[in-house]
Amino acid sequence: MRHIISILLENEAGALSRVAGLFSARAYNIESLTVAPTEDPSLSRMTIVTSGSDDVLEQITKQLNKLVDVVKVVDLSEAAHIERELMLIKVRATGKDREEMKRMADIFRGRIIDVTESTYVIELTGASSKLDAFIEALDHGLILETVRTGVCGIGRGDRILKV
Amino acid sequence: MHITGAEIVIRCLQEEKVEHVFGYPGGAVLHLYDALFQQDQVKHILVRHEQAAVHAADAYSRCSQKVGVALVTSGPGATNAVTGIATAYMDSIPLVIISGQVPTAAIGLDAFQEVDTVGITRPCVKHNFLVKDVRDIADTIKKAFYLARTGRPGPVLVDIPKDISAQSADFEYPKTVQMRSYNPIVKGHLGQIRKAAQLLLEAKRPMIYVGGGVILSDAATKLTALAKRLGFPVTQTLMGLGSFPASDAQNLGMLGMHGTYEANMAMQHCDVLLAVGARFDDRVIGNPGHFSQVPRKIVHIDIDPSSISKRVKVDVPIVGNVPDVLDELVKILDEQDKAGAKADPAVAEWWKTIAEWRARDCMSYKANGPAIMPQSVIQALHQVTGGDAFVTSDVGQHQMWAAQYYKFDKPRRWINSGGLGTMGVGLPYAMGVSFAHPGATVACVTGEASIQMNIQELSTCKQFRLPIKVVNLNNRYLGMVRQWQEMFHGSRYSESYMDSLPDFVKLAEAYGHVGLRVERPEDLMPAMELAFSDKHKNDFVFLDVLTDQTANVFPMIAAGKGLSEMILAEDL
Ligand SMILES: Cc1cc2nc3c(=O)[nH]c(=O)nc-3n(C[C@H](O)[C@H](O)[C@H](O)COP(=O)(O)OP(=O)(O)OC[C@H]3O[C@@H](n4cnc5c(N)ncnc54)[C@H](O)[C@@H]3O)c2cc1C
Ligand SMILES: Cc1ncc(C[n+]2csc(CCOP(=O)(O)OP(=O)(O)O)c2C)c(N)n1
Ligand SMILES: [Mg+2]
Repeated sequence: MRHIISILLENEAGALSRVAGLFSARAYNIESLTVAPTEDPSLSRMTIVTSGSDDVLEQITKQLNKLVDVVKVVDLSEAAHIERELMLIKVRATGKDREEMKRMADIFRGRIIDVTESTYVIELTGASSKLDAFIEALDHGLILETVRTGVCGIGRGDRILKV
Repeated sequence: MHITGAEIVIRCLQEEKVEHVFGYPGGAVLHLYDALFQQDQVKHILVRHEQAAVHAADAYSRCSQKVGVALVTSGPGATNAVTGIATAYMDSIPLVIISGQVPTAAIGLDAFQEVDTVGITRPCVKHNFLVKDVRDIADTIKKAFYLARTGRPGPVLVDIPKDISAQSADFEYPKTVQMRSYNPIVKGHLGQIRKAAQLLLEAKRPMIYVGGGVILSDAATKLTALAKRLGFPVTQTLMGLGSFPASDAQNLGMLGMHGTYEANMAMQHCDVLLAVGARFDDRVIGNPGHFSQVPRKIVHIDIDPSSISKRVKVDVPIVGNVPDVLDELVKILDEQDKAGAKADPAVAEWWKTIAEWRARDCMSYKANGPAIMPQSVIQALHQVTGGDAFVTSDVGQHQMWAAQYYKFDKPRRWINSGGLGTMGVGLPYAMGVSFAHPGATVACVTGEASIQMNIQELSTCKQFRLPIKVVNLNNRYLGMVRQWQEMFHGSRYSESYMDSLPDFVKLAEAYGHVGLRVERPEDLMPAMELAFSDKHKNDFVFLDVLTDQTANVFPMIAAGKGLSEMILAEDL
């Protein structure tokens, strides 16, 4: 099953490689990984999308907690949460495709943020499944480039991850 | 007062009451060696290879409960140390390794003797640090010792660039450590401990399974008291030997791949299992699917949550420090006693079943013509040393025979590499023990292949006049490999014969030691007695015993098989 793990970790050199190294050394899946400092510059917040059985997930959480740089770990997918991912996608936009691309971007509430004679860059935010659906909906021959940030997520309401 | 970074490092070691540092100098640690030279509180032991420095520091810790300390230079010094670090990591041994690094400005430029030490060691340390400011040294070393010895112990590496050890700063050793991200749990959850007590009292076929965690936390006395009061059978892992006296009638011996018949059968068929500081290793429970075919309730005490329910699902997890949890458990049992609770009378029936398993006498072995049986060498060693020696071992068949036939009654007497299974540890382990316990009897059980992996340390032993007794079970084979080839690869002995062996007696003599060779069974006892006699009390003795070439270690559970699917010597 797909899980979104949120981690608060010390903003130390090497902390990222400790987490990444753990996942590769123990053959855990990483679908995406994002990290950036928080409002407290001594802490980073990392979001990892992974998948595995309940037993594997239990080990992933325990092993993450064991890392000395890791302050807190939570499996966001255990309860109500919001996930978002940002995608920038560059598409060919010529002739009749130009109008069609604009229409698709509107349907998915994307924004066109760069325009040339032959291309658009569309910015799209949402759950990963929405970004997948957008890509699916396009004629693949027209996609020139895609960049995705990977998922970041946050608990709903009173679910707060803080030291 | 300003002192140099190098002096700060040494002052930190003094503050930590470190008496011995095992190491090897080089360019990146010259300042540190200079600071060592100018004091005499911390003694430096010059080894002949950095791997041996780490192994010696590791054994120093295993036999004394202190944190072992090793010092190596950058580049090849650090890479040579990696095997030692990984060996300690797998067995949860507290070490602090200080490595030199190229100057800060040179990092990343493929400088002379530069390697990414922090990167290379990351997967085999509990934690590591690269110090980038001389003012951080004291704080970092304080943290390193704290991390190494608390929680689940392990090696911690501190990498110090050369310019940092040359710069100066004020020195003050921090009194305490605060790390918001590191708070090991010590006390177990009371509700869980209550549940455990209840299960133990209701057990009809109880079993206590003890691992290295009991030794690491110095809880052998408490564990023994608990087991005696409950009257339950006790088995130990390879790492747990000595945590419950081998000579006690309740002891079923070691379990696992080469464990006793009775221990493995009892482990498989028990209805309540109390696991203490043991991690359900694959060499211990064999096939987990087979193990879980028999329903049983498992209580697991371990300080590391990730050791719990990793390979085997447990019913009552108790995260905590063994001695703290045992104290609470005993308190609850006391309350229950007052309330009139008694162990189930069915336990007596269980002991009868165990007695039948014991009657198989799985440790008996037959002589093979005129050859010296390796098992008999360990029995002779046990007899001559009164069962009271520190025994270090290398890795292979001889290691298993030492574990099976040297009956350890005390903790921290049996020093070997279990998790990584590193050939070459035996001699440096014996060195570490000799420094921790001057004057104690130290025997190194080894094989002709393993001993050659750190043979250069014969020189260190001479320099420091270490009265170690090496017992070389010389079967002219990579015996453990040969055994697997015989059993699972159609007796095709691919590269497992040790050809062109040195004359170990002459080799020992070349290093200024005493060498003795034994070739006939009748000469074994006299030679063993001579080696450990007062005559050689202060000598390093290399006892080269030519043993049976085809002896195999039994019982044995083949890889992937279950605990009750042992191959016994009598089956063949
Ligand atoms: C050739 C060879 C053959 C082998 N055959 C066997 C065999 O037949 N039988 C066998 O048993 N082993 C065998 N081994 C060893 C095996 O590979 C493992 O190293 C060993 O079984 C692990 O022992 P353990 O479970 O006691 O764990 P250890 O590695 O000693 O781990 C200790 C456990 O205790 C916990 N702990 C540490 N400190 C504390 C504390 N303060 N409080 C609570 N918990 C704590 C740790 O978290 C960890 O889970 C063999 C090795 C070799 C090289
Ligand atoms: C460094 C290292 N390399 C290889 C192995 C694999 N191995 C395990 S036991 C063994 C043979 C050991 O031979 P010896 O020291 O003579 O002991 P014996 O088994 O004959 O008693 C080997 C090669 C290992 N454990 N460690
Ligand atoms: Mg051999």
